[in-house]
Amino acid sequence: MAVVDTDNILEEEHHHHEPFIAHHFDDAEQQFDSGKLGIWLFLVTEILFFSGLFVAYTLYRIHHPEIFEQAHHFLDKRLGALNTIVLLFSSLTMALGVHAAQNGDNKKCGLYVLITMVCAAMFLGVKAIEYSHKWDLGIFVRSEFSYHPHTAEPFHVSPYLIKLSVIPVLLLVGFIAASFFARASSKVALSKFMGGLAITVGGYFVGVLIGMTFMALTAENEHAQLESPSQAPLVLRALTLDDDKHDDGHADADGDAHADGDHSHADGEDHAHGDSHAKSPDLGRDVGIFFSIYYCMTGLHAIHIIAGIVALAWIYWRCLVVHWRPDYFGPVDYVGLYWHLVDLIWIYLFPLLYLID
Amino acid sequence: MASAEIRNKIFDTPETNYLNHTRGWKSWAFTLDHKRIGVMYLIGVTIALFLAGAFALVLRWHLFWFEGGFLSNEMYNQMFTLHGAIMVFSFIIPSVPAALGNFVLPMMIGAKDVAFPRMNLMSFYLWIAGTCCLAAAILSGYGLDTGWTFYTPYSIETSTGVIFATFGAFILGFSSIFTGLNFLVTVNTMRAPGQSWFKLPLFLWSLYATSIIQILATPVLGITLLMLIAERTMHIGIFDPKYGGDPVLFQHFFWFYSHPAVYIMILPAMGVISELISVYSQKRIFGYSFIAFSSVAIALLGFLVWGHHMFTSGQSPMVTLIFSAITFTVAIPSAVKVFNWLATLYKGSILLNTPMCYALSFIFLFGIGGLTGLFLGALSTDIHLHDTYFVVAHFHFVMVGGTLTALLGGLFHWWPKMFGRMYNDMLGRISCFLVFAGFNLTFFPQFVMGSRGMPRRYASYDPEFQIFHQWSTFGASILGFGILMSFGVLLYAAFYGKRCGANPFKAASLEWQSSSPPDFHNFIHKPILHDPYDFDSQVYDKDLDTYIPRELADPKTVPPRREPVHH
Ligand SMILES: [Cu+2]
Repeated sequence: MAVVDTDNILEEEHHHHEPFIAHHFDDAEQQFDSGKLGIWLFLVTEILFFSGLFVAYTLYRIHHPEIFEQAHHFLDKRLGALNTIVLLFSSLTMALGVHAAQNGDNKKCGLYVLITMVCAAMFLGVKAIEYSHKWDLGIFVRSEFSYHPHTAEPFHVSPYLIKLSVIPVLLLVGFIAASFFARASSKVALSKFMGGLAITVGGYFVGVLIGMTFMALTAENEHAQLESPSQAPLVLRALTLDDDKHDDGHADADGDAHADGDHSHADGEDHAHGDSHAKSPDLGRDVGIFFSIYYCMTGLHAIHIIAGIVALAWIYWRCLVVHWRPDYFGPVDYVGLYWHLVDLIWIYLFPLLYLID
Repeated sequence: MASAEIRNKIFDTPETNYLNHTRGWKSWAFTLDHKRIGVMYLIGVTIALFLAGAFALVLRWHLFWFEGGFLSNEMYNQMFTLHGAIMVFSFIIPSVPAALGNFVLPMMIGAKDVAFPRMNLMSFYLWIAGTCCLAAAILSGYGLDTGWTFYTPYSIETSTGVIFATFGAFILGFSSIFTGLNFLVTVNTMRAPGQSWFKLPLFLWSLYATSIIQILATPVLGITLLMLIAERTMHIGIFDPKYGGDPVLFQHFFWFYSHPAVYIMILPAMGVISELISVYSQKRIFGYSFIAFSSVAIALLGFLVWGHHMFTSGQSPMVTLIFSAITFTVAIPSAVKVFNWLATLYKGSILLNTPMCYALSFIFLFGIGGLTGLFLGALSTDIHLHDTYFVVAHFHFVMVGGTLTALLGGLFHWWPKMFGRMYNDMLGRISCFLVFAGFNLTFFPQFVMGSRGMPRRYASYDPEFQIFHQWSTFGASILGFGILMSFGVLLYAAFYGKRCGANPFKAASLEWQSSSPPDFHNFIHKPILHDPYDFDSQVYDKDLDTYIPRELADPKTVPPRREPVHH
C-alpha cells in the first residue's frame, strides 16, 4: 500500500470547478472520456437495435430470393442515390463542425451544424416523395398491399404528400413567427436559433421539390415499362396480372378511374400470361413482405434522422450562445458520432434495398 | 496516523447525510444522487415484488384443488402472465443492479456519483413509466394472457392488451440499458486513483458483466417488441404466418434477449454472494480472478445458447445439438464460482448472521437450480420435461432461490450503510429460515410432479397431482410470509434500529469508509485504498465502536498485521 498522507486526508470544503465540468468529475479529461465511452456504447446499442431488422431482411431474402431480386425495381435508385449523397455531404459538414468547435470557433461550428440540419431535412423531403408515390400506387406493408399501376402527370401532388407535409408547414410558420417575435424583443440568439430552425424545415421542402423533379424525369421511363410488359421485371408483370384479375369484377363499376392504367398494359397481357402468372401466383402478394421490411427499416432510420435533427438543434443553440471551447466541446463530438452512425446505417440500407440483384 | 478529531469527523455518524441534507418530495423526485435513486429504485422494485407475489399466491391457492379454485380459465391465464411479466421486467432485472448496485457501485470505486446522473434518474422514471404500462394492461380491463414471452401468433390474435404490455416492456428495456451503460462507463473512467481492475470488489465485476449483457441484448428485445407491435397493428407479415411470416423467428429474437436476460438476473446476485461469503468468513476470497473472469465468461457464453428454449420448436437437429452443447458449457464458469465460494468458507471464521444465512441459502438453492438446468439442456430429457412443472421449478430455483435470496442477503449486508441503523439479527435469521423452508416446500414438489408429466400453465389438473400442489401452496404461503417478514425487519430497523458505526462488519471495500449513512458526496475524505478482501487492513476503534482503516487508527492501539495470506 502506498503511504497515506493522513494529515491532508480530508477533502477541501470548497471546490472551484470550471463552469462546464459536472461536480462528480475530477477534471475535464475524465468528463470527456466518460462522455466519449458513453456515446460509443450507445452507438453499439443502436447498431444492435437495427440488427433485428437486418436479420429479418437476411432471412426473408434467403427464403424468398425471387421477391427480393424483383421487388427493388419499385424503388427509385436515383432518389436513393441522391439521398446517399445528401447524407454523405452532411457527414462532411458535421465533421467540419466538430473541428470548428474543437478550435473554439462557435460561429463556424454553428454554420456547419446548420448545413447538416438542412441536409437531414432534405433527406426527409426526398423520403416523403418516395413514400407518397408508393402509397399512391398501393404499395403498402404486406396486409395492405394492392398494387395499382398508373402514371401520374409530372409534379402531381399526392394526397399522402400533403398529409406528410402538414407538420413541416406548421413548424415552418411557427419558427418564422418565433424568429420575428424574438427579434422584436431583441433576443438575438433566440431569433437566430428560430431562423435556423426555419431554414432547416425549408430544407424539407427543397427535398420535396428535388424529389418531384426526379420523379418527373423518371415518369417517362416508368410509362415505357408499363407499355411493354415483356421488358418489365417479372414481378411487375405478375402484379399487373394480379391486379387485372382483381379488378375484373368491379373495374367497370368503378367507371373510368383505372381506364388509363388498364389500357396501357392491355396489349401485353397475352404475352405475360404464359410464364409469370402460372409460375408464381403468390409472387405479387409476397412482394408485400419486402415492403414491410423496407418500411420498417427506412421508417426506423427516418425516426433516427428526426432525433438527429433535434440533437443537432441543441448543438446549434449552444453554438449561438458560444459554449464551445477548445477544452470543452464534448457534446458536439458525441452528436457528431451519432450522426455518422445514422449515415452509416443508410449506407447499408441503400444497396441492400435499392441495388440488390 | 490521524488525530481523534479527524477520525470522528470521518467515521462518526454525521448530523447531515444524503437522506436529510435536503428535504421535501422535490428533493427526491429531481435528485441526481445515485444513493437516493438507488433507494427509490428499491422502493419501486419492492412494490413490484409484492404485487407480482400477490398474483403468485392467488395462482397457488387456485391450484390447491385439482379442478381449480376460484379463477376462470381466462383469469388464470391473465394472472400467470402478469405474475411473470411484472416479476421479470419490473422486479428481477432491475432489482440487484438498479437498487443495490446504484447505491454501492460509485462508493466502491471512491466516486461521487455515476458517470451520467441525469441518465440514471431517467432510467428510474422509465422504469416507472414501463411498469405503469404493464399495470395499465390490468387496469384497462383488457388484461394480458400471452405469457410473459408474448409468443406469436397468439400475441397477434388475442384481444387482450398486448400493445400496452409490450410497449411497457420496451420502455423497461431502455431503463435497463441506461443503467448498464452508466455502470460500464463509471467503472471504466471513474475508479479511485490506483484502483486497478483487480482491486475491484467482485460485485463490480459481476455488475460490469451484467451491463455488457444489458447493452448488447436489450436493444434486440426492443426492436423485436416494436416489430410485434407493428405486426399487431399493421400486419407486416414478418411474424404472422397468415401473411407469410415466421412465428419461430419471433422465438429466436425473443430468446436472443431473454436467455442473456437470465444472466442479467443472476450475475449481480452472484456478485453479492462473493462479497457476503468473503466478509462473513473474514477470509480473502478464494480464486479472485477465476470468479471475476467467470462472470465475463458467463456473460459471453450466454449469448450462444438461446436455442435451448426452442428444442421442440422444430429447429434443425444439428442446431439443437450445438445449442445443447454450449448450454452445458455454461455450467463450467457457474461451477467455478460455487467451488470458489465453498473454498472461501473453508477454515474461515464464519459469522452466521442474517446476510450470511441468506448467502448460504443462495449457494444451496442456486446449486439445485443450476444442476436441474442440465436436465433441461440435455436433448432427450428435455423432450420429456419441456413445458412441465420441472421447468417452472428449475427457473424459480435460479430466479427466486438465486436472485431474490441474494437481494435479501445484500439488503441485510448494506442496510446499516444505507440507513445507519442495525436490524434485529435474530428476527432476520428467522425470516431467512422461513424463506428457505417455504421456498423448498414450494418448488421441490414441482420437480416431482413435473417429472411425472404435470404440464405448466394449466388451470386444472389430474387428481393424482393434487397432493404436490397442496404442498406447494403451503410452501408459497410460508415463503410469502418470510419475504414479508424480512422486509418488515428491515423497515423497522431503518426507523427504530440501533445506531451503528461506519463499518460494523469489518469489510474492506471502499463503501465502508464512508459514514453510515453516507454524506451527500459519499466521502468527506480521500478514501484509503486496500485490497477489497484484505480484512486485516481494518482495525477496531474503541471510541467509535466500529472498524476503520489501520492507517487512520490510533497507533498506540493498533494490533500488528497478521502475515498476509497467500494462495
Ligand atoms: Cu435459457
